[in-house]
Amino acid sequence: MKYTCGADADRAAMLASIGVRSVDELFAGIPKDFRLKGGLDLPEALSEIEVMRRMEELAGKNRPGRCFAGAGSYVHYLPAAVDALASRSEFYTAYTPYQAEVSQGTLTAIFEFQTFICRLTGMDVANASMYDGATALAESVLMSVGVSGKKTVAVADTLHPHYRRVLETYCWANDVEIRTAHGEAGVMMTPAADALDGASALIIQSPNFFGCVEDVSALSSAAHAAGAHSIVVVTEPHSLGLLAPPGKSGADIVCGEAQSFGNPVGFGGPALGMLAAGAGFMRRMPGRLVGRTVDSAGKEAYALTLQTREQHIRRERATSNICTNQGLCALRAAIYLSVLGNGIRKLAILNHKLAARCKKSLSSKGFRPVFERPYFNEFAVKIPGAPAVMKRLEEEGYVPGVHLGDYYEEYEDCVLICCTEMTGPDDMDGFAEAVARFAK
Amino acid sequence: MSHIPDDLKYTKDSEWIRMDDEFTATCGITDHAQEMLTDIVFVELPEPGMEVAGGEQVAVVESVKAVSNVYSPVSGRISEVNRALEGSPELLNGDPYGEGWMFKIEMKAPRELDGLMDAAAYAAHIESES
Amino acid sequence: MPVIFEKSGCGRSAYPMPEWKLDDADPIPPELLNDGVDLVEAGELDIVRHYTALSRMNFGVDTGMYPLGSCTMKYNPKINERVAALPGFTGLHPLASRGLSQGALEVLHGLSGLLCAITGMRRFSLAPAAGAHGELAGVMVIKKYFEKRGERRGVILIPDSAHGTNPASVAMCGFETREVPSTSEGDVDMEKLRSIVDQNVAAMMLTSPNTLGLFDRNTPAIANLLHDKGALFYCDGANLNALLGVVRVRDLGFDLMHINLHKTFSTPHGGGGPGSGPLGVCDELEPYLPVPVVLKGKDGFHLEYDRPDSIGRIHSFYGNFLVALRAFVYISMLGSEGIRDAGETAVLNANYLLSLLRKDYNLPVDRACMHEFVLNDKNMPGGVTTNDIAKRILDFGYHAPTVYFPLLIPGAIMIEPTETETREMLEAFAEAMIAIKREAETSPETVKTAPHTTPVGRVDAVLAARKPVLKWEP
Repeated sequence: MKYTCGADADRAAMLASIGVRSVDELFAGIPKDFRLKGGLDLPEALSEIEVMRRMEELAGKNRPGRCFAGAGSYVHYLPAAVDALASRSEFYTAYTPYQAEVSQGTLTAIFEFQTFICRLTGMDVANASMYDGATALAESVLMSVGVSGKKTVAVADTLHPHYRRVLETYCWANDVEIRTAHGEAGVMMTPAADALDGASALIIQSPNFFGCVEDVSALSSAAHAAGAHSIVVVTEPHSLGLLAPPGKSGADIVCGEAQSFGNPVGFGGPALGMLAAGAGFMRRMPGRLVGRTVDSAGKEAYALTLQTREQHIRRERATSNICTNQGLCALRAAIYLSVLGNGIRKLAILNHKLAARCKKSLSSKGFRPVFERPYFNEFAVKIPGAPAVMKRLEEEGYVPGVHLGDYYEEYEDCVLICCTEMTGPDDMDGFAEAVARFAK
Repeated sequence: MSHIPDDLKYTKDSEWIRMDDEFTATCGITDHAQEMLTDIVFVELPEPGMEVAGGEQVAVVESVKAVSNVYSPVSGRISEVNRALEGSPELLNGDPYGEGWMFKIEMKAPRELDGLMDAAAYAAHIESES
Repeated sequence: MPVIFEKSGCGRSAYPMPEWKLDDADPIPPELLNDGVDLVEAGELDIVRHYTALSRMNFGVDTGMYPLGSCTMKYNPKINERVAALPGFTGLHPLASRGLSQGALEVLHGLSGLLCAITGMRRFSLAPAAGAHGELAGVMVIKKYFEKRGERRGVILIPDSAHGTNPASVAMCGFETREVPSTSEGDVDMEKLRSIVDQNVAAMMLTSPNTLGLFDRNTPAIANLLHDKGALFYCDGANLNALLGVVRVRDLGFDLMHINLHKTFSTPHGGGGPGSGPLGVCDELEPYLPVPVVLKGKDGFHLEYDRPDSIGRIHSFYGNFLVALRAFVYISMLGSEGIRDAGETAVLNANYLLSLLRKDYNLPVDRACMHEFVLNDKNMPGGVTTNDIAKRILDFGYHAPTVYFPLLIPGAIMIEPTETETREMLEAFAEAMIAIKREAETSPETVKTAPHTTPVGRVDAVLAARKPVLKWEP
């Protein structure tokens, strides 16, 4: 299959117009010794029919199952309107909206996305998206460090371990030191003063990796008392339908993952990083920003703005190297949030109640929660012999949560379980029964 | 041709300086500089009280697609900055030598002025650059 | 265009909320709760009309020719989208066990192999979510390589024609950038380069073909020069489309590279992402790739984390999987011959278009181009600038070329037609460009006030930057 349509006659006429005899001549600049003599070592080309069959077969080797796993990637219902609208190719075959006059669709939607994120997080400015939650955190830390000039950050040990790893990579490259602020019983306590001494920021995740809701106000106050920024990470933004916006609880920067707004889990990507901050950070933000303006007739219009922060103008002094972000995912989030609207509160409460129901079902079978703390839609539960039990559950068609023992030795028999509207009340009982059956 | 007042001194980076009295001077960017930048959208000013050396970067001027550093023509202490530019950066385009002034400086060594260009020399300088 | 918040009506909802009877949950202390949310209350039809109207104010590859230089806006085959919507891929949780995710792992492993075959590299990591992310990971690999060798090298060389992401990525890894000038013919200035390369240089980054759309004839010589001094050679693969099936990047002497799947391998750009920027490396750099890497063992595919020399993790999970999936489909369909045909036709189309425009537009570097070429506004009549031309071409139903880049050409107009445009389309585009030149001679005001037929008129970027309004408020 080819997507070019050069007939031989066309080729001859084009070569004549260029003034060469063969296509080969066009590559004369590449030393002949380096040019490939034979073909590439690739599998034989497939027709559309064949490729579809092969890909369906590969898709069939995956078993998405009834999913009780969360931990930074969430299976939520995707209203039909989201797919129908986001799959309009005027959106998905466009490039970054450099030419504002023919990109008002993308620009307006991103302006809406920025507004949604500001409203949910309680912050002044949100950018047009980042790659994912972990890199949004890494960039938030670099922004904090850039503003404060202090090259140390304190990280709560209840942060998602993948985020911690990504942050470590970026901090190594930038010569920023990471200190761990220890919590207990599943949540951060007010960190010891020496953890915050001289730190540029304190990083807190809420709900944290274990599903527990942190006291963002108290932790932010502690950060501020030590002269540090409070960076709040959110990996399940549906929680913002119920929990206090971090911006109202003292956060200086809010970042994290917004995949669960209208995007499928898709084996972890594309994800949708979000980054929002107080007005004072506006000119230090990484990534694209869309602003409102007018056109030549005075009509309301939108454009990429404050671009002097960015790499294509400021080069090595840019606020970040980011260029392409996750535009289409941000569009999906904007459509999803339009559909969900103020119903986000009801959906958040529903998620919370479903998690409570699941926790109760498991508890009635003797599986105790690991932490007795307020939670949103995720909680950790103790299941003796967890790895073997999980394997059996997989055979029954479940994606049975996330094994905490993979990340922490002390939680070997613990499983992190997530409930959304995709796991209804009936699923809970069946799941708890299956766990009980296999844990014997 | 851009406007180059006779009574000012200039740097090769297109800053101007005007003596207010024996020790203090007012500085800004030239008409030529604002023309090259086109519409100025943002100005970052130094903090008053800051000690600077001649040639040290003290401010930033931005258009939509360009960033330009502004250097202090002489050494001294920044005594005052033009806060009006923060809300109305367009003053730099409209009146670079008047309402668009950027900062005042208490000079450490007024002799440094002797090393700067007069109007004729600056006019020749920008001619040679273009 | 009003935003969705202005279409909010009291109590409307479009979300199909289930009405399950559930007990109250364990309470959350009230001080941790919000006091309600204020987003939108709109009905489904309101929303559908709103976003449909927005889509009609957008221009995509499916709308018309999109000759945006350096961005390779080729046709995005529809089969990619169908495959990427299969529930076996979209619904798979990233922490599902390896037994549940063999299909996805096979795709990631398979694509790495296909990209290796095309470039000659040893292995690709698909974790980088975009080209700039791949570059960043690449510079981290360079840093790690010298760290492990106990060498302190602080400088990375970048030609003056480079994308802004190159110096920005370098700065994010604590290296210093040093710029290498180009000759008037658009190659790296070898004499200058020789005088700069020393024991403090860690690497040089070069876009190949370069951002002028030219193949740097010194490429193998640069590789030798760098390698002699123990430095590495990085290929910014943004322009890989031109080399497809013609030459393998590794054979030219590059040690590592990133690829933009959303350019070269036909995945849609989505109005600014999601892209994907796989990082490929040679044997010697393989241990430093980000974790996890996908390996094939006796009992299937798995994610490998036990790699002590790795730079570490760079993504929450494994990169933009659904984007990688589309590229996998594309390469599977083209095969060796189709891939070469894409590269050759891209170069043929660019040279043909250049032959149609060269009489009317100034060509600052006059050489046979690769997949794109750079004109500029020198000698345009009527005071018409590059920006005016870019705006006016929108009225003719085309997207504008890339403008004012690369920076070393004043008023640059960078045109990349791609291989999927037909001869007739190239001719029609050339006619439009020539018509604009004529307008500049006869009625320059028409050009200077363009566009005239787009959904909105020329947008005031100055106001947007002077008085930033970054969210909607009632």
